[in-house]
Amino acid sequence: MCLAIPGKIVELEEKGCMRMGRIDYGGITRDACLEYIADPQIGEYVMVHVGFAISKVDAEEAARTYQYLAEMDQLEEIAVPEPSREIR
Amino acid sequence: MKYVDEYRDRKMANKVAAEIHRAVTRPWAIMEVCGGQTHSIVKYGIDYLLPKEVELVHGPGCPVCVTPLEMIDRAHAIARQPDVIFCSFGDMLRVPGSHGDLFQVKAAGADVRIVYTPLDCLRIAAANTSKKVVFFAIGFETTAPANAMAVWQARAQRIRNFSVLVSQVLVPPAIAGILEAPENRVQAFLGPGHVCAVMGYREYEPIAPRYRTPIVITGFEPIDLLEGTLMAVRQLEQGRTEVENQYGRAVTPDGNVDAQRMIRRVFEVCDRAWRGIGVIPKSGYRLNDEFRDFDAERMFELGSIHAPEPAICISGQVLRGLKKPHDCPAFGRECTPQNPLGATMVSAEGACAAYYNYGRHLVKVPSAAGIS
Amino acid sequence: MSTSFTLSCPLPVTRHKTIVLGHGSGGRLTAQLVRELFLPAFDNPALRKLDDQAVLNVAPGRIALTTDSYVVTPLFFPGGDIGRLAVNGTVNDLAMSGARPLYLTAAFIIEEGLTLEDLQRVTQSMSLSAAEAGVTIVTGDTKVVSRGCADKLFITTAGVGLVPDGISISASNGRAGDVVIVSGPVGDHGITIWSTREGIDFAGGLKSDTAPLHALMEAMIGAGDVHVLRDPTRGGLGTSLCEIAASSSVGIELDANAVPVREEVKAACEILGMDPLYVANEGRLVAMVAESSAERVLRAMRRVPQGRDACRIGRVVAEHAGMVLVKTEVGGSRILDVPFAEQLPRIC
Repeated sequence: MCLAIPGKIVELEEKGCMRMGRIDYGGITRDACLEYIADPQIGEYVMVHVGFAISKVDAEEAARTYQYLAEMDQLEEIAVPEPSREIR
Repeated sequence: MKYVDEYRDRKMANKVAAEIHRAVTRPWAIMEVCGGQTHSIVKYGIDYLLPKEVELVHGPGCPVCVTPLEMIDRAHAIARQPDVIFCSFGDMLRVPGSHGDLFQVKAAGADVRIVYTPLDCLRIAAANTSKKVVFFAIGFETTAPANAMAVWQARAQRIRNFSVLVSQVLVPPAIAGILEAPENRVQAFLGPGHVCAVMGYREYEPIAPRYRTPIVITGFEPIDLLEGTLMAVRQLEQGRTEVENQYGRAVTPDGNVDAQRMIRRVFEVCDRAWRGIGVIPKSGYRLNDEFRDFDAERMFELGSIHAPEPAICISGQVLRGLKKPHDCPAFGRECTPQNPLGATMVSAEGACAAYYNYGRHLVKVPSAAGIS
Repeated sequence: MSTSFTLSCPLPVTRHKTIVLGHGSGGRLTAQLVRELFLPAFDNPALRKLDDQAVLNVAPGRIALTTDSYVVTPLFFPGGDIGRLAVNGTVNDLAMSGARPLYLTAAFIIEEGLTLEDLQRVTQSMSLSAAEAGVTIVTGDTKVVSRGCADKLFITTAGVGLVPDGISISASNGRAGDVVIVSGPVGDHGITIWSTREGIDFAGGLKSDTAPLHALMEAMIGAGDVHVLRDPTRGGLGTSLCEIAASSSVGIELDANAVPVREEVKAACEILGMDPLYVANEGRLVAMVAESSAERVLRAMRRVPQGRDACRIGRVVAEHAGMVLVKTEVGGSRILDVPFAEQLPRIC
């Protein structure tokens, strides 16, 4: 039960005493509740689940761990087996 | 999409998978807990990239699947009442109770609505003051802050015609339950990334050494799942039993304290029945006394509902990683997403449904050698 | 094609601003509606006769015949409306057999209370679409039902076209070795409808891809050996590929990274938990083309507006007949199956 999508905060607003934000998911924007994000800033990325931002995306951490993966040596491409066509 | 596309990169996936091939020396069974992770594995065919020694086993990570049949029947009974607007996430609409699903309840005249966020229910309640708006609040800890906020706001905005039917479940007791079972074969866990974004991962720190099982908190994209698997395999090969965090960009050790505070304000821990498994003590949330006025189970007198499960269904064993969907004689035959017999087929996240929807009832899938 | 247009004739002058049951009675009100709204929109010699049928000259040969119903809500959306969908959809069903579309019928089931203005917008749109596609709407019917018995407007069409000699295009003609081609990005229409219903705006102005495909089809047939054509509407590209694999008893191998999807459509599908492969299209086609012709056909497609973004997405094989195998974005493997029903937004 965990479909959360990363999106960028492009606007901050108060709606009915709740801190809300306009979130851009790369071409489509929707509102999300930012009550659970301490000090949200425009331009920051958050993970949004059922209309609520549940955490910030740590850009530095993301870059660091992705870089680590990118720098791993790769010797050869692995052969991916195809599903074996045995009908049950 | 940033933070999505790069985690689906083919070259990077191949690279991480190659590292797993290099690291592994003997068979291992690794369970991913979250239904979203199961879905991702099957959708991207990630298990096809892994060495045959590594077997990914699917856990009870689908709150839709583990919602007991009685609870679904209760939901349908409430939805059928003439002055009720019944709101639910899309996932629940096709889950059949003892007599059809919410679509059929809707077709018979009930007001059933799909919502994308619990806050939609408050808008519906405010616009329909003569009706009772009931929200089916299912989910893991990931969804608890949203559900809690809806109740909190309902009280703050004095919305009197809103209530929730709560079926929240917690992950750590389920993991402990799986590990406790004598027939358990799971040797490592990929922990639930978004649950931990909310709750942090401190709760898992005693579990890993107690059961000598590495736990790697993992995200949902293919690269996340591959990297999480790599980290788990390395721990297993090295004999370590720690909690590690693969999903550092979204998960911190203590999690989201504001969200946890709201959860504690509105909910309290209780025992919960898990479909296919049985009652797991202290494995769920219910509304606490302060918010009992919003509890739909109290508001609607339904009497006791008894709902027997079909005997042929082995979902309990699938949820605990003891069997795979195609080990079940009914899989793809009497039991399909159109006619689900049990927990793991009723929603798209369940292991049996995921396998079926991605065609695995038609083929053999790669599986580890030597694990019984 | 723009959805905003000026009405080329004034609103019919009647006492009514909305459709009432009397408009479907067959009496004077019906006649007035036909005379003042439908005729001006669809004007052509056959229709002007106002017979119960249209008698048409058709050259000898094979006739392609199709029928469809259109029940979309909302009636108007970015990129089109129910009328435009009805004309293009019928034209495309004919075109997928290699037929030149010629004549359409249009039967309207109207819920009482629909405004005359909306009905006129729809018929005007059909008129423009028919002209664009080179077809005429030669006969029709009007019924009105009580409020609540229809969702504003339903349109049922039939279409007739002529299949040139020597053309044999069918979902059962796929052959091992064929190249699978799609004419453009998938998922635009379904996501446009969803977002219009939900009141969501797209920054880049996403709109329905509804378009007539007969010109594209003719360019393709003229350029090479086309075996299969299908326009993937409900159920999307994925469902069409499964149907073709079954009909032709061939296997299909699809490269997930090769299937074009607009960024906004991808993002919307992520939010909803939907798969773009199963989202409806209304102006795209998928084709299976002999390998030797593939490059020529692609070049011809890209010279036609509806085929500008045409590309290869997979190939047809003799193995795993009836099954569509996907090489996933990360290089794993999965099988594409026909979904049970409409996708529901997931949160899991």
